[in-house]
Amino acid sequence: MMQRKPILRVTSKVFMPFILIFALYVQFHGDFGPGGGFQAGVIFGSSFILYALIFGLHDAKLVLPSVVLEVMAALGVLIYAGTGVVSFFTGDNFLNYNSLAHDPLHGQHYGILIVELGVGLTVFAAMTLIFYTFAGRGR
Amino acid sequence: MSAHLPILQILIPLMAAPFCVVLRHRDIAWFISLVVSLLCFAVSIMLLDRVLVEGVISYYMGDWPAPWGIEFRIDVVNAYILLIVSAIGAIVSLYGRHSVNKEIPKGQVYLFYTAFLLCLTGLLGMAATGDAFNLFVFLEISSLSTYAMISLGKDRRALTAAYQYLIMGTLGATFYVIGLGLLYMMTGTLNIVDLHDKLVQLDDSIRTLKAALAFLTVGLSLKLALFPLHLWLPNAYTYAPSTVTAFLAATATKVAVYVMLRVFFSIFGIDMFEEIGLGDVIMVLAIVGMFTASTVAIFQNNLKRMLAYSSVAQIGYIMLGVSFLNATGLSAGLVHLLNHAIMKSTCFLALGCVMYRMGTVRLSELGGVGKTMPWTMGAFVIGGLSLIGVPLTVGFISKWQLISAAFQADLMPVAFLILLSSLLAVVYIWRVVEVAYFRTPTHHAGFKEAPLSMLIPLWIMAGASIYFGIDTDMSLGVAQIAADMLIGGTP
Repeated sequence: MMQRKPILRVTSKVFMPFILIFALYVQFHGDFGPGGGFQAGVIFGSSFILYALIFGLHDAKLVLPSVVLEVMAALGVLIYAGTGVVSFFTGDNFLNYNSLAHDPLHGQHYGILIVELGVGLTVFAAMTLIFYTFAGRGR
Repeated sequence: MSAHLPILQILIPLMAAPFCVVLRHRDIAWFISLVVSLLCFAVSIMLLDRVLVEGVISYYMGDWPAPWGIEFRIDVVNAYILLIVSAIGAIVSLYGRHSVNKEIPKGQVYLFYTAFLLCLTGLLGMAATGDAFNLFVFLEISSLSTYAMISLGKDRRALTAAYQYLIMGTLGATFYVIGLGLLYMMTGTLNIVDLHDKLVQLDDSIRTLKAALAFLTVGLSLKLALFPLHLWLPNAYTYAPSTVTAFLAATATKVAVYVMLRVFFSIFGIDMFEEIGLGDVIMVLAIVGMFTASTVAIFQNNLKRMLAYSSVAQIGYIMLGVSFLNATGLSAGLVHLLNHAIMKSTCFLALGCVMYRMGTVRLSELGGVGKTMPWTMGAFVIGGLSLIGVPLTVGFISKWQLISAAFQADLMPVAFLILLSSLLAVVYIWRVVEVAYFRTPTHHAGFKEAPLSMLIPLWIMAGASIYFGIDTDMSLGVAQIAADMLIGGTP
């Protein structure tokens, strides 16, 4: 796919690392500014979708097989729910992030950070899987 | 751990679902879903027990207090619905293994169990939460996984059925959110208890409130398949895998009815509801639905479709009970939630056995099936007798309660109509009995009874439809407490 379009191939290669870095910025800066897990997941996924568009679905699946994506999507949910479960051990209610650190302020901060990581993982995996599924239709 | 029971009810299936995806093995996934659904059932029993003894249990998510944070609030009504849903979930996963392996492609079975557990999460969450918006989130979780489960059906028409349900279900959910948005605009809160406290202070004649009630009613009527908004239901039930049909028929619409009761009685309160006069509209629709759907059921050749139409009619009975706006009627509706869940799952599980052995549930191909599969069809007949409302079955309890409510509301003609529509049920059940028992077998010999692992859950349900027809302490007793609570206006 797109074998004879050098401009597209080179430009997308140049862009990809920046897209990934920007996704990570949106992910981890999400608790101070606009952004968060969902947006970061979509941006992260879009770089892989770009790769698949330019270099073909086959190559994209070599980099990131659907099986891995399925597991990642599941792991994200587990990270989110697992963070909530931690508070059971200190006798607090589900999703009480205060129990994650000695100081409630830090606890809430870490809680949001970890939970958003789970969200980001699941959204990234789900977005890319949806693209794979549609792009792979009729093959 | 007992303090965490309300959240464990939701958390166990929610966390088990991703494990099914990670492990990617159909038998392990089945085993996980079996253990999890049994655990859920145990939790719901403990919850009901605690609620009956200690009263309302309130659980704050993340320890954020109620009107601001999300609250799980378990009273008798929720605990009763949680028990129904988790009991059916346990029976269905006990039953499902062979049926699912046969009807769903091998590579997708683990995904089916994932969707099943997520659906269970969503349905239990809808019943447990005390936050109206959180309820919408759980509604979406259960709906999305339901669409996926329906589309796994073997028949290609399962895809269009799932798509049809997706469109209608999304419309319903959207209407629910619009209605909720209007309420939020008026009150600034989403907590169900707090909504009620704020709403009673407002003037009833405000048009926004009426619009909100209208949106909520239409949206939820779509989800619970109240006639004439039932059009998604027959196809979805017919083409979904047998196990899915049995699960959905017994739970999905029931939980939607529960949400509607919450909206009517816990959020708006019976006084405001009476003044707006929605009860009469629902009564008319329920009665028309009872007759139309039962009549259509008589002419169906596909037995799953026949029972699907019968479900629409039975939902009519439930909503008829609600529309009387008295405690007896409401308890009739609530007890019919349980009773209909029992009898419909008996019938659909029996059809699942027939599908497993014969590969079809078309009436014209089932001549003499009562002789080749006596245990399966025996359970089907018990379920069918319940649908009709024969004494000593659960159906009789519901109808008796419903008719006494009609007398109590001074609506003699309605009581007569209830009896008349039961006769229609006699017709469509008798058609099956006649073909199954009085015709010589049209198929070749060699078909045998379904495996024991399917027959045992089937007969547990068939036994329950007799047991709860005789001992009504558990069913009607709890339903009456729940009805008094809803009518009393204290959510």
